[in-house]
Amino acid sequence: MASKKESTFINMVLTLLIVTGIASATLGYVYELTKTPIEAAKLQKTLKAIANVTPAFDNNPSAEAYKLPVENDDSLVCYPAKKDGKLIGTAISTYTDAGFTERFFIMVGFAPDGSIINTAVLSHKETPGLGDKMDKNKSDWSNQVNGKNPANFELKVKKDGGDVDAITAATFTSRGFVDAIDRAYQAYMKGGKHE
Amino acid sequence: MEYILIIISAIFVNNIVLAKFLGVCPFLGVSTKISTALGMTGAVTFVMVLATIVTFLLQKYVLEPLGITFMQTITFILVIAALVQMVEIVLKKVSPSLYQALGIFLPLITTNCAVLGVAIMTAMNKDFNLMESTVFAFANALGFGLALILFSGMREHLDLIDVPEGMKGVPIALVLAGLLAMAFMGFAGIA
Amino acid sequence: MNKLQIFAKGFLKENPVFVLLLGMCPTLGVTTSAINGLGMGLATTFVLIMSNMVVSLVKDFIPDKVRIPSYIVIIASFVTIVELTMQAYAPSLFEALGIFIPLIVVNCIILGRAEAFASKNRAIDSILDGAGIGLGFAMALTILGAIREILGSGKFFGIDVYSGDGALIFVLAPGAFLVLGYLIALSNKLNKKLYKK
Repeated sequence: MASKKESTFINMVLTLLIVTGIASATLGYVYELTKTPIEAAKLQKTLKAIANVTPAFDNNPSAEAYKLPVENDDSLVCYPAKKDGKLIGTAISTYTDAGFTERFFIMVGFAPDGSIINTAVLSHKETPGLGDKMDKNKSDWSNQVNGKNPANFELKVKKDGGDVDAITAATFTSRGFVDAIDRAYQAYMKGGKHE
Repeated sequence: MEYILIIISAIFVNNIVLAKFLGVCPFLGVSTKISTALGMTGAVTFVMVLATIVTFLLQKYVLEPLGITFMQTITFILVIAALVQMVEIVLKKVSPSLYQALGIFLPLITTNCAVLGVAIMTAMNKDFNLMESTVFAFANALGFGLALILFSGMREHLDLIDVPEGMKGVPIALVLAGLLAMAFMGFAGIA
Repeated sequence: MNKLQIFAKGFLKENPVFVLLLGMCPTLGVTTSAINGLGMGLATTFVLIMSNMVVSLVKDFIPDKVRIPSYIVIIASFVTIVELTMQAYAPSLFEALGIFIPLIVVNCIILGRAEAFASKNRAIDSILDGAGIGLGFAMALTILGAIREILGSGKFFGIDVYSGDGALIFVLAPGAFLVLGYLIALSNKLNKKLYKK
């Protein structure tokens, strides 16, 4: 066995430099390799969510996407779904800070008249077993807003005087969920494309 | 976001140990006596706040502008390891008494996932500015301390209680931690 | 110790979770379901095998005083590779495990094995050691995840076991501590029986 390198200053600095150098080079290489698949996976997820919340379309919604401004200089991305050149629905990627943990993201589909077609959860950190019931994989709680038009359907939980039944023991998540829909609805009615 | 909300949320509602499961190793390891729990809390608070400030600045002014956020994990852990070494050296020179109190805990902190965890959570939160990040780190350190000190108080009592043979030591401590986590869930109604 | 012993010790006798009590944060944090536990366990196993191998290969070239920082860089690199790969090819698992993936870096098991085993042994033994300890970790996480999933949401690997919601508390934080406590008690008993002289 070769004897261990001695801990002289120059040896230590050299070793650390070489180790970090090789590590950075390897990571840079792996990053380049995975860059395209990661973006493809993200796009795939968005496309799937769009397809879930709009009727069958024949255009490419992400190519025609546009942005709508909301408060705090933020904006929501809208994906128009068209069939034979006619607008049949708009999927809007929206968010809320009113949930139980941190900001979460959902996709909401609106018909051109502003009524809700369907919803899909994009990403969240809500409590497993409670708040995650808003996800369609866990329960069909969120289906209650489908087909409703917020013009005559108060987007608030019943506790706050609205029309939405909250998830049992997850009022905060429910509040956040309807807050996200409302944000998208207000923005869509104010500046969205309706045909 | 308001500071009060950040503080209450980090200490009680989303307690770093009992709700987010970060820093569980020291939580179980150094919680047999209140005095060691206090020492650990001091050391963690010190390193966590410093590390979060440094990693926040690195993330905003180096990693993001250069587009190399994939180097985040490796950069942050090196910063923390270096910081722990520096704190150790400085403390030894400047305040030998403080070093006596915190010294033995410092090497343990490099692998305390609460420190790296808070640094990453702060970096991923797009809304935080430097001040909010600092407050967030400090509040999380306090939350860690609160859980640790409460737990060690309970474990000191546990020594006097007759526990079934198989449950002695860690198993009963974990059950106790479960009850403590249940109690902290009660805070969820506040924020 | 022969090769088989090096590999097998990680499952029961020196199980990192049940006996050595290492890596508690991911153990408690991600085991809300069996599949999450298994995913986390396998990701950790990969990092453990690779870092053990590299550390044992380069151990003679690294001066003693910068040993730990060098090991940390090696481990962090493999963690980032796992992070990027998972993000590309298993995005939903990546989201479920969240912050615990980068935190594999500070999992005491990995640095512990690098320091205690790989820095003193040959590459082939170090790989076996990493595989054994890693799979023991994965096994523990899967068991814990399965129990919490069955009791808490009435499912096993996402398949319904019984109808109804189950006792929610097992999926929430307190359940993690409770189930792990009882599992450790059980493994203590098993180990005592098996290795009694």
